[in-house]
Amino acid sequence: MIPVEFDYVKVTTIDQAIAALKSGGEDSKIISGGQSLLPVLRLRMADPSVLVDCGGIDEMLGVREDGDSITIGAATTHHAVMSSPLVQQHALLLAQATATVADPAIRHRGTSGGALAHADPAGDVPAAALALNASFTIAGPGGRRTVAAKDFFLDYFTTAVGPDEILVSFSIPKCDWGSHYAKFNRTAQAWAIVGVAAVVNVEGGVIKEARIGLTNMAPTAVRASTVEAALVGASSAADITAAAMHAADGTRATSDLHAKADYREHLARVITARAVRAASGI
Amino acid sequence: MAHITVTVDGTSYKGEVEPRKLLVHWLREDIGRVGTVVGCDTSNCGACTVLLNGRSVKSCSVLAVQADGCEVTTIQGLSDGSEWHPVQTAFKECHGLQCGYCTPGMVMATVDLLSENPTPSEQEIREGLEGNLCRCTGYHNIVKSVSYAADLMSAGPTKGAK
Repeated sequence: MIPVEFDYVKVTTIDQAIAALKSGGEDSKIISGGQSLLPVLRLRMADPSVLVDCGGIDEMLGVREDGDSITIGAATTHHAVMSSPLVQQHALLLAQATATVADPAIRHRGTSGGALAHADPAGDVPAAALALNASFTIAGPGGRRTVAAKDFFLDYFTTAVGPDEILVSFSIPKCDWGSHYAKFNRTAQAWAIVGVAAVVNVEGGVIKEARIGLTNMAPTAVRASTVEAALVGASSAADITAAAMHAADGTRATSDLHAKADYREHLARVITARAVRAASGI
Repeated sequence: MAHITVTVDGTSYKGEVEPRKLLVHWLREDIGRVGTVVGCDTSNCGACTVLLNGRSVKSCSVLAVQADGCEVTTIQGLSDGSEWHPVQTAFKECHGLQCGYCTPGMVMATVDLLSENPTPSEQEIREGLEGNLCRCTGYHNIVKSVSYAADLMSAGPTKGAK
């Protein structure tokens, strides 16, 4: 299958990218690894007039330490993110979730920022970013702004990044809590039917605080805030299972070929308990 | 049209491509590297796997213009023609193929896997090749082939002879 015709502009700076998006008009689209966009183009589900390739912008590449947080360039590949010692040390959950994305060849091309900006509700990276309290640096014609994770994912495939803007990087406060990403899918390289990203702070065998992101339980990744509240003080597997019974509270799971909504809700409760137990060691 | 210069299997090629042209189509149609095949055309099957700057990618999911200035290795670049690559030898010895359509991608994914992990466990092999589908379902011998290739490569380069 062959995409419709488009123009292609390769840029090397953020300013060039913003200028190219402006001159391309509303039908211009950013590409980097292209692992989400190219399948869409081949199926002709989108027909952008211009692709602005941001895969070679230095500022958008790599992982760096920024005091109490780490910053990940939006065009850093999944493979580079999950192999980064900084990510493994300070944001292990992100590495764990990224390791479940698609397959090795896709992870060599696909980018973390691309997955976040694409905001597929079944994507694995957004739930981890939510649980890790990531913040997002977005550049546009009016300058740069920072958006908190809770304000970044707006709707199905829709984020706070405007059509004339670009996601430059995202930052994660260093987190040494126990973590786990549990993904339920049927076959190799398949999308998550449900996924649960959990970071848990345990002191003396008791959960002090937990943050949990859910994949594919709503039009965007969402926090399981009722579970988070119920987990405080949990010290046994039974406590965790009881708290996880709230995992589907407030979610808006959909029915599709893979699962009906009520089955997704059941999975969310079961998988949340598993993820929290693995993350907490309880 | 865009100008591109890509090194494929050690030879530099210059070309004019439409931006929408996929790397796999450029390899096959423009420069005749037909060893790389198109399987599903939906990023799922991995039959079109090549190495781009040394790492495995699905060439149906890369634009040819994005490969400008890069180095591509296809299945045809693994051997110099006189001696097989040990991964090729291993797939032959262990009969790691049935119809053979997935084989170019399986071999390239294996080369990539072993470059990062020279001694993979069976689980690591299965996970390393999860992006490559064999519709004959001949996975058992493919896994054996990868394991044997790892043995050949750790034993030294001369063991790769046919």
